Amino acid sequence: MKHDKIERTPSLMIALIIVAISFGTLVELVPLAFSKSTTMPVEGLEPYSALELEGRDIYIREGCHTCHSQMIRPLRAETERYGHYSVAGEFVYDRPFLWGSKRTGPDLARVGARYSDEWHRAHLYNPRDVIPESNMPAFPWLFNNTIDAETTPVKLATLRKLGVPYTDADIAGAEAAVKDVREIDALIAYLQQLGTLIQARR
Amino acid sequence: MSDFWSVWIIVLTSAQLIAALWILLGNRKKPAQEIKTTGHQYDGLEELDNPLPTWWVYLFISTIVWSVGYLVLYPGMGNYPGLLGWSSTGQYDVRVAKAEDQYRAMRDRYLAMPIEEIAFDPKVRKMGRRLFGNNCAQCHGSDAYGAHGFPNLADNDWLYGGTPEAIKATLIHGRQAAMPAWQAILGDAGIKATTQYVLSLNAREADPSEAARGAQHFQTYCAACHGADGKGNQLMGAPNLTNGIWLYGGTADQIAHTLRNGRNGKMPAFSSTLTEDKIHILTAWVYGLNRTPVVAATAANL
Repeated sequence: MKHDKIERTPSLMIALIIVAISFGTLVELVPLAFSKSTTMPVEGLEPYSALELEGRDIYIREGCHTCHSQMIRPLRAETERYGHYSVAGEFVYDRPFLWGSKRTGPDLARVGARYSDEWHRAHLYNPRDVIPESNMPAFPWLFNNTIDAETTPVKLATLRKLGVPYTDADIAGAEAAVKDVREIDALIAYLQQLGTLIQARR
Repeated sequence: MSDFWSVWIIVLTSAQLIAALWILLGNRKKPAQEIKTTGHQYDGLEELDNPLPTWWVYLFISTIVWSVGYLVLYPGMGNYPGLLGWSSTGQYDVRVAKAEDQYRAMRDRYLAMPIEEIAFDPKVRKMGRRLFGNNCAQCHGSDAYGAHGFPNLADNDWLYGGTPEAIKATLIHGRQAAMPAWQAILGDAGIKATTQYVLSLNAREADPSEAARGAQHFQTYCAACHGADGKGNQLMGAPNLTNGIWLYGGTADQIAHTLRNGRNGKMPAFSSTLTEDKIHILTAWVYGLNRTPVVAATAANL
């Protein structure tokens, strides 16, 4: 009675369960960490500037990713609306990635340069000012708050440890780059570069 | 994917399938065997050690057969592409090509026709409406009536011109307005006077002496773009200031704010996102807003 022995020996059962459930990870995830298609940046991809990085952190803080995805799937209906489908190389400096899983609002993977800065300001101040049908919350405090510049160099240095190629000059200049900048301007700087590296007419 | 990882995936996937089958079959009891109990007893109920139900075993085996079939037909085993040669981007390309086949000819036919002729074609109205909803409505509103800072496209008042050529140029190249900030030059008094003059241009209530002083500022600084009569200049996107249509609000405070800080409205260029035929249809749709068909017969001829 082999299963009898396994069921009566918890440590053996735990070990075997770990082996059994590891296959999926070993086959589907581990090779991706070493695959060129997922670890090589697309042409022209630069690490986020200090300003964009702070904007990205505001994007995370305000929970934008809970209603907006950043992942255009290779489906015609999506590429007609949003542009070229997303590729892995666009996200190699994203830590964590913000692909999201729900679209209460539209996908933002290629929102960069699609609207003017002025539109983003009007829209984030009160979405209903430009889109009366919108149910997106307003974010008026972004216009009053300024960035906490002290922590910015630490963020860049941490990301460098994780493999993002920031130079010493980037880190040294980070604090000055975002000092006294309003949160809204950092967020717009982040939004305006999203997905701009791959352009396709549709 | 490198060969190493390809082999890694193939070996692990096969190993798991074989192991699952081996565990299942290796532990199988024949139904004829004597049925034992596990020795557990609860209130007189015994826990039997029955063989697995036959239907369940066959279900399990069928999933393994399914997965083998899948891995032969579809890409799953490392770099092996599968007999069907399927890929998600390949499927995408096929669907895009199919849609192109379906719609390209129609759009090309419209592209070859002048805007004035197709602007009232029912199909163009429908297609244009959808293109507008996806690309333009975010700023100009789903009704094309605009919003604060984003022009109304349905009122036949045009910043950069309402001819088909001008609308198309706006769509293709975008527009960048450049109204400078005048605070430093005019000062508070100058801003106030000029505001009064702009109000008077609209036959609105204005302080006459302020307006008279403002008129001088206007001729010095504003007339270059907005014209000596304030009627604007579509070549520069300088709005007509005499028709009561205000992009940034027409109260004295709002006009003063515009004067003080300048305005730099921006229309993005669509040449890198939309194809020529779609820009053509969109132009026709915008052109046809709030216009009565002049060549109604053409629409029927299409």
